[in-house]
Amino acid sequence: MSAGRERLVWTVGLFFVLAFALIPVLWLLSLSLKQTPDLTDNAFLPLGGITFDNYSQIFSGDIPFPKYLVTSIGIALIATLISITLGAMCAYALARLDFPGKRIILAVALAIAMFPPISVVGPLFDMWRNIGLFDTWQGLVIPYMTFTLPLAIYTLSAFFREIPWELEQAAQIDGATPFQAFRQVIVPLAAPGTFTAAILVFIFAWNDFIFAITLTSTDNARTVPAGLSFFSGGSQFETPVGAIAAASVVVTIPIIIMVLIFQRRIVAGLTSGAVKG
Amino acid sequence: MAEIALQHVTKRYPDGFEAVKDMDLDIRDGEFMILVGPSGCGKSTALRMIAGLEDISEGELIIGGDVVNDKAPKDRDIAMVFQNYALYPHMTVRENMGFALKLAKVDKAEIDRKVEEASKILDLDQHLDRKPANLSGGQRQRVAMGRAIVRDPSVFLMDEPLSNLDAKLRVQMRTEVSRIQERLGTTMVYVTHDQTEAMTLGDRVAVMRGGVLQQVDTPKELYDNPKNLFVAGFIGSPAMNFVPARIEGSRVSLPFGEVELPDELRRRIESAGHGGGREVIAGVRPEHFESADVLDHETPAGLRFRTKIDVLESMGSELYVYFRVEGQTSSDQLAELAEDAGMADLPGSEDASQVVARLAPEANVRQGGEAELVLDTSKIQLFEPQTGQNLTARVAEAAAR
Repeated sequence: MSAGRERLVWTVGLFFVLAFALIPVLWLLSLSLKQTPDLTDNAFLPLGGITFDNYSQIFSGDIPFPKYLVTSIGIALIATLISITLGAMCAYALARLDFPGKRIILAVALAIAMFPPISVVGPLFDMWRNIGLFDTWQGLVIPYMTFTLPLAIYTLSAFFREIPWELEQAAQIDGATPFQAFRQVIVPLAAPGTFTAAILVFIFAWNDFIFAITLTSTDNARTVPAGLSFFSGGSQFETPVGAIAAASVVVTIPIIIMVLIFQRRIVAGLTSGAVKG
Repeated sequence: MAEIALQHVTKRYPDGFEAVKDMDLDIRDGEFMILVGPSGCGKSTALRMIAGLEDISEGELIIGGDVVNDKAPKDRDIAMVFQNYALYPHMTVRENMGFALKLAKVDKAEIDRKVEEASKILDLDQHLDRKPANLSGGQRQRVAMGRAIVRDPSVFLMDEPLSNLDAKLRVQMRTEVSRIQERLGTTMVYVTHDQTEAMTLGDRVAVMRGGVLQQVDTPKELYDNPKNLFVAGFIGSPAMNFVPARIEGSRVSLPFGEVELPDELRRRIESAGHGGGREVIAGVRPEHFESADVLDHETPAGLRFRTKIDVLESMGSELYVYFRVEGQTSSDQLAELAEDAGMADLPGSEDASQVVARLAPEANVRQGGEAELVLDTSKIQLFEPQTGQNLTARVAEAAAR
């Protein structure tokens, strides 16, 4: 049966890809559960026995990991909220209105998204120190917002373009004010797009290391990725591999939860945005 | 209930294009008015101006006695059915139909009552809790109508509501629309490019071409007395035949032969000052031909002629025969019609016109054979080639008086 064989090939292939993607994560998980002496035993599984010491260490040690976590969540959420709100308004205008300079705005937005963060981080460091944004939440929210806005605008405008004009006109005729039409007809319909954009923005802000490490100097605004690099072992010569692994696992959890919850919406969102628009 | 008046209404786009030019139209209270014309004739734009979805560049729009040029759609007391239905995909049928009432803050029990009442009329009661995505085309169409009905507006606007349905369903929904309008007695403005819909549905039909209103009349008047070539060619299926002709005194020479103008026709032409030798275009409806062998000999003699039948189509209830005659007509209006029908590029011989005749089913004709046909000369219409003006129509006479 050639169909059966084809199916088998696909299954094996998929399994391979899945394993390829998951092995580092599983290794990290296994590291975080290993006891300190076993850390360098090169074994994939924590054969020496499972311990949760690493986890209790990161939540109770000298390093204020919970504070990093709060900072990370706070900054990522604020950046997402602002980025999506501004992006939605901008995208709506781009999708609905015909005005001079529309293409230029889109081109500039795209150019910003292409900009390598590493090239702006130096000047930003100087600027932020001069105007007092260095080592503050705002100091991180602003660059995150800047880099994610183009993404939000692109995703959302593709969605808005797909919503037929007539729906708004129908709402108008049904007696809706422009805002009611936007709120009760357009926004619900664009929800998948909004979720998609929001998750992408959130992940960008959550994962960022370069801005976080450069634009902070104290625990005041240090996010988890930056904070992790300050983990230190019991002595100068000890690397806290277990603790870092545990922290890495912990920071992955919120993203996994978010993606699982919104998975169906994201899939619907990504594909429906791709076909047209 | 409301009457609508368009007074010198013009729609001009920023680039200078005029979609609707100086349109004057009075729609009576409770009337079923059809706007018909080929695509791009401005009929939808006119409707959208009535709806308030397009600004009016010039002129006044009066609904129920008030000038509503600057009123938002929601303040005009209108309901509209869109070509693609524009149902809200995230709402159930019930919510779709009740949306306008919800916005108007009608209380919930009242909304439910009205929605259920409308859904009964439209046979949608079983589908109230489904989403539009799970409905068939015809059901969606009915929901769109239901959304308009529940509001009990003073004017219904419909923008090609049946054009997305397949042929059979379209015929069924056509009678449905007719029934609903009858029942509600609401003023209705209905846009279509389908002349059959226009003829069957409307109390009156407004034919538009290139943004200009051509003629507003009852379907029968439009058919019998078209004002110009465009209306004559647009209304009727199969379309009216156009052949070159020449007036010489009281006689007209047609490709089929020469005829004495019936007195009535001659008087009309003369009263309009169009006598004398001149080239015209003659229009003949397919049903004004008949096969000689089915006619009694007592039948008032029409013009008898023999011709070779190129194609014979039998519909069961009638026969369509196609044959060719010498000479071609040329007119902007006819060219436009041909283009709209997608026939502009069809190959045709240089100096012959195709003519279609509708014969009784018992006519003894066969494809490729010769047949003797009779043309009822009293029904011939003559048109001025340049302006397309109908020289024989009663409307022209009425205007002259």
